[in-house]
Amino acid sequence: MAPHDLRRPFKRRPISDQQKRRELSLLRQSQHRSDAQQRARNLASSVISLQSPSSPDVDPEELSEPMPDVDATGHESEASGFNIRQASSLRGPEARKWFASQLMLPEWMIDVPENLSRDWYVLARPAGKRCFVVSADGTTVSRLRNGSVLHHFPSALPGGARKKGVSGPAQSYSILDCIFHELDQTYYVIDMVCWRGYSLYECTAEFRFFWLQSKLDETGACDPPSFLHKFRFSVVPFYNCDQTGLHSAYTESSPYVKDGLLFYNKHAHYHTGNTPLVLIWKDERCSQYVIDTDNNGQVLNQQHIVLELQDDGKIVTSDDPPVVVNCLNADFIKQSGLTPGSLVRFAIGDGGLKCVDGKFEKADLQYISLSNRARAFADSYSKIMFQYMARHSPLKVEDLASMISHEDQQDKSPEVEMSG
Amino acid sequence: MAMEITQYLLAAQSPDARVRTEAENSLKQFQEQNLPQFLLSLSVELANNEKPSESRRLAGILLKNSLDAKDSGRKELLVKQWFAIDLALKAQIKELLLRTIGSSVSEARQTSAQVIAKVASIEVPQKQWPELVGSLLNNMTQQDSPAHLKQATLETLGYVCEEISHHDLVQDEVNSVLTAVVQGMNQSENNAEVRLAATKALLNALDFSQTNFENEMERNYIMKMVCETACAHEAVIRQAAFECLVSIASTYYEVLEQYMQTLFELTAKAVKEDEESVALQAVEFWSTICDEEIDRQEYDSPDTGDSSPPHSGFIEKALPHIVPMLLETLEKQDEDQDHEDDVWNISMAGGTCLGLVARTVGDGIVPLVMPFVEINIRKPNWRSREAATYAFGSILEGPTIDKLAPMVAAGLEFLLTATKDENNHVRDTTAWTLSRIFEFLHTPDSGFSVISPQNLPRIVVVLLESMKDVPNVAEKVCGAIYNLAQGYEDAGASSSLLSPYLTEIIQHLLAAAERTDGAESKLRSASYETLNEVVRCSNLIEAAGIIGQLLPVIMAKLGQTMDLQVVTTEDREKQAELQASLCGVLQVIIQKLSSKDETKPIIMQNADQIMMLFLRVFGCHSSSVHEEAMLAIGALAYATGAEFAKYMPELFKYLQTGLQNFEEYQVCSITVGVVGDICRALDEKILPFCDQIMSLLIQNLQSEALHRSVKPPIFSCFGDIALAIGGQFERYVATALQIMQGAAQVCAQMDTLDEELMDYGNQLRRSIFEAYSGILQGFKDAKADLMVPYAQHLLQFVELVSKDSLRDESVTKAAVAAMGDLADVVGEKTKPLFSNFTFCGEFLSECLDSEDEDLKDTARWAQGMIARLMVTS
Repeated sequence: MAPHDLRRPFKRRPISDQQKRRELSLLRQSQHRSDAQQRARNLASSVISLQSPSSPDVDPEELSEPMPDVDATGHESEASGFNIRQASSLRGPEARKWFASQLMLPEWMIDVPENLSRDWYVLARPAGKRCFVVSADGTTVSRLRNGSVLHHFPSALPGGARKKGVSGPAQSYSILDCIFHELDQTYYVIDMVCWRGYSLYECTAEFRFFWLQSKLDETGACDPPSFLHKFRFSVVPFYNCDQTGLHSAYTESSPYVKDGLLFYNKHAHYHTGNTPLVLIWKDERCSQYVIDTDNNGQVLNQQHIVLELQDDGKIVTSDDPPVVVNCLNADFIKQSGLTPGSLVRFAIGDGGLKCVDGKFEKADLQYISLSNRARAFADSYSKIMFQYMARHSPLKVEDLASMISHEDQQDKSPEVEMSG
Repeated sequence: MAMEITQYLLAAQSPDARVRTEAENSLKQFQEQNLPQFLLSLSVELANNEKPSESRRLAGILLKNSLDAKDSGRKELLVKQWFAIDLALKAQIKELLLRTIGSSVSEARQTSAQVIAKVASIEVPQKQWPELVGSLLNNMTQQDSPAHLKQATLETLGYVCEEISHHDLVQDEVNSVLTAVVQGMNQSENNAEVRLAATKALLNALDFSQTNFENEMERNYIMKMVCETACAHEAVIRQAAFECLVSIASTYYEVLEQYMQTLFELTAKAVKEDEESVALQAVEFWSTICDEEIDRQEYDSPDTGDSSPPHSGFIEKALPHIVPMLLETLEKQDEDQDHEDDVWNISMAGGTCLGLVARTVGDGIVPLVMPFVEINIRKPNWRSREAATYAFGSILEGPTIDKLAPMVAAGLEFLLTATKDENNHVRDTTAWTLSRIFEFLHTPDSGFSVISPQNLPRIVVVLLESMKDVPNVAEKVCGAIYNLAQGYEDAGASSSLLSPYLTEIIQHLLAAAERTDGAESKLRSASYETLNEVVRCSNLIEAAGIIGQLLPVIMAKLGQTMDLQVVTTEDREKQAELQASLCGVLQVIIQKLSSKDETKPIIMQNADQIMMLFLRVFGCHSSSVHEEAMLAIGALAYATGAEFAKYMPELFKYLQTGLQNFEEYQVCSITVGVVGDICRALDEKILPFCDQIMSLLIQNLQSEALHRSVKPPIFSCFGDIALAIGGQFERYVATALQIMQGAAQVCAQMDTLDEELMDYGNQLRRSIFEAYSGILQGFKDAKADLMVPYAQHLLQFVELVSKDSLRDESVTKAAVAAMGDLADVVGEKTKPLFSNFTFCGEFLSECLDSEDEDLKDTARWAQGMIARLMVTS
């Protein structure tokens, strides 16, 4: 047994200068190494940033277009992924405002996009309340499109409940785009926006859907409700929009009541606000609500639309930029007590609508009233047109199918020639 | 059958060299030709009481050397050989050994106890000697066991516990061992030898006793026995018992509360009146408690939250009693303790403990110590003055600046005057205390310094005057100047304050370095080290001229070392040591002057001569390259940039020698770092040398003989080379990546409980990622596809690392960077991989949440690279 050495350093500096010189040299070397590698990296990224990341199938404008300024609270939308952290600390009306503008809103399908089978997914939209579900700091909150809170609950989502031994950093947060389905009290997830703090805004739908599928299940969020997991989550099945996929989404039974079909362009990022890269389409078979109804569920005799009044008397859609539908004269505005920014409800008269190249040439509008207060936005161009077509010459599922089969023919044609 | 080898064993100890060599050769031959019989014969010899003690002693030594070696490679071989021996024969050997611990000859007992422990170290972890513990315990429980058997058995148990880990025994065995050992300490039943052996055995068994210490009854029993033993009649037994208490203090701090009163009384009595060997252990007990509490306080930083181990505040509670106890020891100085390095006495231990107490409790110690200081510091007796000064110096680390500043300000002038005290010890401690003041109360950088423009002139004068004092005092003064200069490092405007004195300070330091009365050249190296700090911390703009003048002086001194007469090895060592100091100074000067464009030309103008000197230094030492010269060359390469190419033809052979120096692995490691410096200086001009460098580096990585600490720098160096030569790295990529993957594998299998190993693991992982980054970025423009086959493995490695919660921040950063590099450089083809490796997102988001801005930036960049990849299709 070696005797224990009692001696401790006495009147000595703990480190020799030689050791210090070695350490300083190592520090210098590692600093220079990291500088050298950093230079190499910056060079690389500046080269890349000159090339605009576009693909032939996606409108380059769409991808490079900066996101609309989010709100009045001063949060830039650039690099929106990072601002979600700040936003998650917002409270009250500010938070509502912010969340209200964060959902990606589909346009209504008024004509069939090209390359459906190659570039698009299709899924059956559950009927229910569209909302954002945010899990962070041990709790989960769902917010409706107008920003108001739907539920505040514990969930098995990352950081979604207070419990011991949760993996991952405490501050991570996740944001899901969901539809809450009242009947089975389930959140149907249609998109994933952030996962464990990793922003998916800049990722393609293809990637987001893949990630959604692989990640959600492993958290236990899809399990039946329990004490620390109040609502079940479920991923809405999505399909490649070929004949089979379209057929499945359209006809197959689902645990939820369907409300139309959603089409996602695979290459599109999560774009807040209206986007033509996500489309909604409905018919009587897959939705109870094809044509707008009144508060009692009765289909109206006439199509109603809500438009926004501008300073110059023009009444416009909610699109960005807005589409002008008509113009009100000053006397009428004054007489009806309307002010700029008012949302105004009109009925479409027998004269109907006529559009050329996305502009209204003619619109027979009949003033009804100021829209009710709960309303946050005017109708979009595509919604107005879809509703109009639904009443007159609807886009049928057969049209979609035939478009797909036409595309398939084109794809296959070279093979046919070869074999012939 | 065992062979009769007594005559060989005796002859091997003969004074006649011829006889001895012959016998040694015979034994060696026997060992090589038939190891099992050789070992058996040795055991028979050791077991036989008829044999002379000389032959038995050598038999024991040869047995031990056949089972254990310091060198780990040799040890491994010995273990393999032992496993290869027939079981029945090994059983015979073990039986003989166990029988020998009952021998009437005490030396044979002791030797066999040690040999048994060596066998146990090999067999017990493999569960190959299950009957060992039972057989030893049997010796203890037999009614008629003679005392000498019990003693030897306890010794054996102690040695065995020292050799094996507590995972190797089941709890039942631990319980029995502990029971036997603690019973062996019983005063009424055993003689002194048995009790001493038992107490020493307990010291080794304490690590095994976790479970028993958790049980209050068992713990009470063990503590009672140890405390009783600490009052034994025999001082050696008391000392052993206090050693146990020291070990318990660090291992079982959490459960000490209920025994503290008793322990305080025991230790206080020992410190006051026991023999010094016992008193030293008693002081060590309190120093160990301080260590524990300081550790816990440091661990208890706000970010670690509630998981810190409990802190019982023993020192705080006992403060009014401990401090007087320690102060009392301070006046028991040895006359010559300042001159000898291996002295350790009660006043040194007490003073050291006082310093630890101050660090533990902070402000609370000040009012308890200051009266002692004030009463004693002016006394005629030097012991009182020295003790008072030492007490004052000891409490300068720990209490707040607010608490200390007024006292230090008031006492500073007294201390400056005391540098002229008639007594050498007092002056030594005074200089040391001044250096502590400058260390802890002179940080103009953060807004406080006890030194003002008003008192600085006086301080400098006093210090420089004391530089001429006897060597041990002058050495402490160097320390004071070192800390004085350090305070002005990066101190903005106040860094100018020292500038007017630089010339004089440097002159005095150079003069001190020249002194020949300093024992073992300690003063000389202290002077040069202080010179380094003075240069490093100087305000460069103001000091450039002075440093520029210092450069040729140091160069001339280095030149003169080549002309020293070197006859003996000692001469050579002295020359090398002096060269080390001077190369160190040159390194610091090069680094300082090349840090600004204005002063860099001074280095450029002298680069050729400096390099020539370094090459001559290398030339003085045929067997190795000089470590400090190599370090300085790295700094020179950075300063000169691409110009450095012209030195390569001459330097290259020394780089090769350095890379092959496994023995002095520090040299090898530094050379690897310098290769990296040179790569960055030369870029593609390093290419002609790369084949040879890479081949050496690869050999080094594959060598078992090279110290592991060199391996991480080698991987980093791969990255440096790749970044310098770009696409040309293609020819090495297959080999390099194969080794990197192998090393990553090793990282995956490391024992995460071993802290030291984890440190190494962190370094290794970081360096592997750095290698990946360098290679990837080097291939960026032309050869990116070469990395496609390795992409998956890299991501697997990142994933593995990302799941390790113990990883170092620097590893995280390197991992994230390498991941980003992969996405950036290889691009498109890694897209499916990034989609599959879903951990990336979580890992990135963890990094983005980091406090470390550097890491955040890197993670942001990597996220951008990966996101781009996902967008393009």
